[in-house]
Amino acid sequence: MTVHEIINPTPAVLMLEDGRTFRGRAYGAQGTALGEAVFATGMTGYQETITDPSYARQLVVQTAPHIGNTGVNGDDAESRRIWVAGYIVRDAARRPSSWRSERTLEEQLAEQGVVGISGVDTRAVTRHLRERGAMKAGIFSGSDAERPDSELLAEVRAQQGMEGSRLAEEVSVDEAYLIDPADHGWAGEPLFTVAAIDLGIKSMTPVRLAERGIRTYVLPAASTFEDIKALNADGVFMSNGPGDPATADVQVDLLREVLDARIPFFGICFGNQILGRALGFGTYKLRYGHRGINQPVMDRRTGKVEITSQNHGFAVDAPLDGPVTAPEARFGRVEVSHVSLNDDVVEGLACLDIPAFSVQYHPEAAAGPHDSAYLFDRFVDLMAASKSKESI
Amino acid sequence: MPRRTDLKSVLVIGSGPIVIGQAAEFDYSGTQALRVLKEEGLRVILVNSNPATIMTDPEFADATYVEPITPEVVEKIIAKERPDAILPTLGGQTALNTAIALDKSGALEKYNVELIGANIAAIELGEDREKFKGVVERCGAESAKSIIVHSMDEAFAAAEELGYPMVVRPSFTMGGLGSGLAYNAEDLRRIAGAGIQYSPTSEVLLEESILGWKEYELEMMRDKNDNVVVVCSIENFDPVGVHTGDSITVAPAMTLTDREYQKLRNIAIAVIREVGVDTGGCNIQFAIEPDTGRVVVIEMNPRVSRSSALASKATGFAIAKIATKLSLGYTLDEIPNDITKKTPASFEPTLDYVVVKVPRFAFEKFPAADPTLTTTMKSVGEAMAIGRNFTEALQKALRSLEQRGATLSFDPVDAADVPGLIEASRRPTTARLQQVQQALLGGASIEELFEATGIDPWYLDQLVLINETAEQIRRAPSVNEDILRLAKRHGFSDEQIGALTNTPEAVVRGVRHALNVRPVFKTVDTCAAEFAAYTPYHYSSYDEEDEVAEHAKPSIIILGSGPNRIGQGIEFDYSCVHATMALREAGHETVMINCNPETVSTDYDISDRLYFEPLTLEDVLEVIAAEQRTGGVLGVFVQLGGQTPLKLAQALADAGVPILGTSPAAIDLAEHRGAFQQVLDEGGLTAPKNGTAVSFEDAKRVADEIGYPVLVRPSYVLGGRGMEIVYDEANLSRYITNATEITPDHPVLVDRFLEDAIEIDVDALFDGTDLYVGGIMEHIEEAGIHSGDSACVLPPITFGTDVIDRVREATRVIAAGVGVRGLINIQFALASDILYVIEANPRASRTVPFVSKATGVQLAKAAALIGTGSSIAELRAAGKLTAVGDGSTLPLDAPVAVKEAVLPFSRFRTPEGTVVDSLLGPEMRSTGEVMGIDKYFDTAFAKSQAAANSALPTAGKVFVSVANRDKRSIIMPVKRMSDLGFEILSTGGTAEVLRRNGIAATVVRKVGEGAGPNGEGTVVDLITAGEINLVVNTPSGGQARGDGYEIRAAATSIGCPVVTTVSEFGAAVQAIDAMRSYEWDVTSLQEHASRLKAATGA
Repeated sequence: MTVHEIINPTPAVLMLEDGRTFRGRAYGAQGTALGEAVFATGMTGYQETITDPSYARQLVVQTAPHIGNTGVNGDDAESRRIWVAGYIVRDAARRPSSWRSERTLEEQLAEQGVVGISGVDTRAVTRHLRERGAMKAGIFSGSDAERPDSELLAEVRAQQGMEGSRLAEEVSVDEAYLIDPADHGWAGEPLFTVAAIDLGIKSMTPVRLAERGIRTYVLPAASTFEDIKALNADGVFMSNGPGDPATADVQVDLLREVLDARIPFFGICFGNQILGRALGFGTYKLRYGHRGINQPVMDRRTGKVEITSQNHGFAVDAPLDGPVTAPEARFGRVEVSHVSLNDDVVEGLACLDIPAFSVQYHPEAAAGPHDSAYLFDRFVDLMAASKSKESI
Repeated sequence: MPRRTDLKSVLVIGSGPIVIGQAAEFDYSGTQALRVLKEEGLRVILVNSNPATIMTDPEFADATYVEPITPEVVEKIIAKERPDAILPTLGGQTALNTAIALDKSGALEKYNVELIGANIAAIELGEDREKFKGVVERCGAESAKSIIVHSMDEAFAAAEELGYPMVVRPSFTMGGLGSGLAYNAEDLRRIAGAGIQYSPTSEVLLEESILGWKEYELEMMRDKNDNVVVVCSIENFDPVGVHTGDSITVAPAMTLTDREYQKLRNIAIAVIREVGVDTGGCNIQFAIEPDTGRVVVIEMNPRVSRSSALASKATGFAIAKIATKLSLGYTLDEIPNDITKKTPASFEPTLDYVVVKVPRFAFEKFPAADPTLTTTMKSVGEAMAIGRNFTEALQKALRSLEQRGATLSFDPVDAADVPGLIEASRRPTTARLQQVQQALLGGASIEELFEATGIDPWYLDQLVLINETAEQIRRAPSVNEDILRLAKRHGFSDEQIGALTNTPEAVVRGVRHALNVRPVFKTVDTCAAEFAAYTPYHYSSYDEEDEVAEHAKPSIIILGSGPNRIGQGIEFDYSCVHATMALREAGHETVMINCNPETVSTDYDISDRLYFEPLTLEDVLEVIAAEQRTGGVLGVFVQLGGQTPLKLAQALADAGVPILGTSPAAIDLAEHRGAFQQVLDEGGLTAPKNGTAVSFEDAKRVADEIGYPVLVRPSYVLGGRGMEIVYDEANLSRYITNATEITPDHPVLVDRFLEDAIEIDVDALFDGTDLYVGGIMEHIEEAGIHSGDSACVLPPITFGTDVIDRVREATRVIAAGVGVRGLINIQFALASDILYVIEANPRASRTVPFVSKATGVQLAKAAALIGTGSSIAELRAAGKLTAVGDGSTLPLDAPVAVKEAVLPFSRFRTPEGTVVDSLLGPEMRSTGEVMGIDKYFDTAFAKSQAAANSALPTAGKVFVSVANRDKRSIIMPVKRMSDLGFEILSTGGTAEVLRRNGIAATVVRKVGEGAGPNGEGTVVDLITAGEINLVVNTPSGGQARGDGYEIRAAATSIGCPVVTTVSEFGAAVQAIDAMRSYEWDVTSLQEHASRLKAATGA
């Protein structure tokens, strides 16, 4: 940044659906970004955040005031591109510093055409969203910022809201690919094969499986039960992803086939919501969601607390005092295995009569704490138990 | 799961006197612990020798023992109180070491007492460096390569393997005492030699240098269910090589990716589990090699620490409180987060602001000391600031230091000076931040400075940003809104903006207010606004949205005392906290402003609202404005926080702010020589002859008129800063030349120095009509030793009623003449039976907590109530003061309390590596104090010495060498020592005098004489070898150096008690006599109070 830019920055404006505006300076690409404004409270891991496909069509407010300090590197991205629709920060780093940094975050945003805004009171935005809920918003920078506010507001309001949005197919890969355990420090023969349905999968998820000796085929969102069978998969995984789970009937139907076949299943985030819906529970939109890496969750089986990484705007509506028989009674009993200690939101489901479980949060933890890595072991155990049953 | 029900009583061990490395933060943590234990309905027993603490207020425990924290004394308390458990993790290293000693001695087993919050095995694993290395290895992490040694031979052998430079760290010492960097064999001999002495286990660790690496610390909590959370990450601005207590630190960590941060978190959790930290808090320090990311675990502390206090204030997560609950058996998910109320404590705080802590040093007090910063902590206090970005937080923190030269300045730097600045910045000193910023201003590159200092380029770029912003301000055609917003965004004060634009500060402020460029106040809420916060813990920022809620009652604002420093420490925080407690109890709404994270006053639930802000006029005015617009301000207290708020009094009054208690005019009257003299004259009181001077000629004229020796000092200072006794004209000239701050507004005061006078300190309350004497203290050292460094006794032990009555009347005359409404502290000197008034301070003094503890009367609380309109008569009637009598009418069988100062000499080294001189003088140097209390003076004095870590011997060898003027006075006490069976050693003239008086003094060799023909060592050799148990050495005249210095330095180095005045020697002999005659017993303050009540019939 030149000295001139310190005092004469390119203008930008964040316009919220209810008309509240925040003025700042252009950051990243210039132009217009529309999406749902949400806030994320992690103090580390901005690179993982912006590349998390679950943030597709969202304008992410970072509550941590300094963003970009460690630049961007080739290892930490959680997918092939930046997915946030727009980026809202307070103090953008001028000069990154890290032995792994390859370029600045701003360069990366600009190159991928992501419109951002810096210099806004991100805490004020966050408090607004906390009190009024996540809402439609737009970032307008450069010449777009000079359009009349009334026009900007009209454009913000005209966009489609997150409820009813089907986005998994938009973010999913087109072609299947394999993550091999040998590439991730696993010395022996692979233990199991997993078919992972990419609804917006983060790269760390198959890596965590690979570290445990699992071959993971990542499949497009529109994959069918035949595709899974063709792989002779020992387990099926459904990933995190953006959008309203109520629109994911294709995946819900697919999962019901998987469950009927008693193939061990593990779901994360969107995958948890799909399991919930497959079992017959409803899902609903949270007022402002859980997006942070400090979220306390209790594992109700052990009574232990794990600090988790979360990014969800929707949740499963299941009774906390379980176990209960699933509304889709053929799947037997199910219990809420994990619950948010902040607000009692369902954070995990465990089927008691079929080999399936899921969590609403992110045990792959990129970014975030690694407290919940044991869930991948649980999945491996589930596949092992299922296999030994078969062999008997 | 509820808490354990088997525990009925708990003994909490405090941390004792404030010393470098172990300061007021343990009062904060201990006070939180006591409050939790009380709330849980347990019987609470406390031992802490430091009277200047909130935790030793009698209402915080059921039995409060202000007794020495030694294993012997604590065992007596255990035997008497029979607690079920001891909580040793909130009183620093002192408490932990005491607990270990009690375990080793079998006392814990004997009395069936359990340690809670810690177990011995875990402490030893955490603190024993070799064992800890094993822990780290088992966790799959790395330690720096290191070797443990117990002798110098082993040390040199280890050096062969590790190579220089290497770090030397003694085991089981606090604040890194005795640590250092050895660049060569000579350094190694010096540092490791001393280290072997300091370590209670004679153990020193030598390790590979990780100098210049990035340094981090994680604050952790664990509960009995093995739930672990990271409360806070802290990054050191200064890389490895500077003790974290002396480093600028930043929270949260600014330059780690998530992968690196999670790696540290994983290691920390593995280590805490492997060590087996029972429940509660601990911290772990890491170093990261900047160009490879290699992580090395430096150390862990299995207890609440200075960093935990900082982390608590930085995040709002009440570590000490929660640690205490965990020790009782609660789990993290069962404890609510007080700030959000609806979420639990089992989470990790997330910050939407930046916290910067800066250390405050006192090298000006130790001119001989080497100001290089090392792994031995040398700072005496710290200031913390919160901002919405690093630049804002840094600049706020720097101005919070209230130290000339601490804030950044932007005068153009000559390019020719840049290489020198870069070179100077290689060696870390208190000036490094400024050197780096100046070098950047002069055109040095970030790369050059990173190479020289190891400071992360991101931080260096932030300094560049500040410099560029300064340049914009300077170039601005006018002070307009854009430029003000830019400046404020990066933390520039009105004063700095004024300096850059050649505009007076007041004008900048006027323009700024006219343009409505005002700060907003945000909230520290642990969760980055994810949940609503219910605790009004605010900080200012130039951002958009303000969060101060409307309040129903007008607020009373109490200005705190800022960073701890020598002369203004925890005692003032104590008075501020008492004021807020008393005012809240009286139904007022109180607001605290302070910037010291180590204090009780900055606990967010002590006042109705807390503003964590610098105590400058600008920052205070903005808080007042925020309070005014949200419900009004009743007034501001400036008389409780020491000199810091006092010096704002007039400017606040000028701004139309109501000042509660003593008026600014009265404050000025007491400080103003001429006006004050008139008060004395009208009251028929005498002051030592004096005058003021603004030049050497002035000073010489005054000195000639009143006669040498004279006491010279700047006006408006605390702690005797720059005060000196001058014996002749040459020294007067030198003093004036060196005193740079002389202006007509700030003249030098020149007083006749009274030799051989007894100094008297009085703390009193005045309401405009009545006087209430809190206490009269008689100093043990004669006048000339700063009152803060002098031991004193209450009630006076050598005054009859006539003297006390004269002191009382003089106090009344001064309080009335000055116009005090609240507290006043007066120093008198009694010489040839004439009572001289030395000075009067119309504010809370350093001795208020001591007096309150010794007499059981809460003076600061009463002062606060007087400030809001109560009369002394009303306070007596309400039981806030004694119904009859006061501190000048204590009965003869009232307990005797001795206050002793604790001095930091052993921390400071000259550039040659020798310890600085331990002589006392008119400039205060002590960091803290202890109280010894007992039925009689002798035992009370003995206890005070034991509490101050210089326990008097009851047998052995005494070395005596005194100045000629003192020879007469020492004959009797030395004779008594000899009769008690001590072997007397002496040199030269002192030996001759003793022998002529029939005392068998063994003559030992002077330093200058060198070793004898048969290898007999000099006195210094004997001291160093630990063969002397007590040193009595009084300095002769102006000659501080020479033999005397070597003797005192040797004694200070090895921790041998040194007596440097005859009067103290007399007290010591009395005490030794008593120690040999009676077994000590322990008495709680509550017991003392009920005895006193019975004695006075009150």
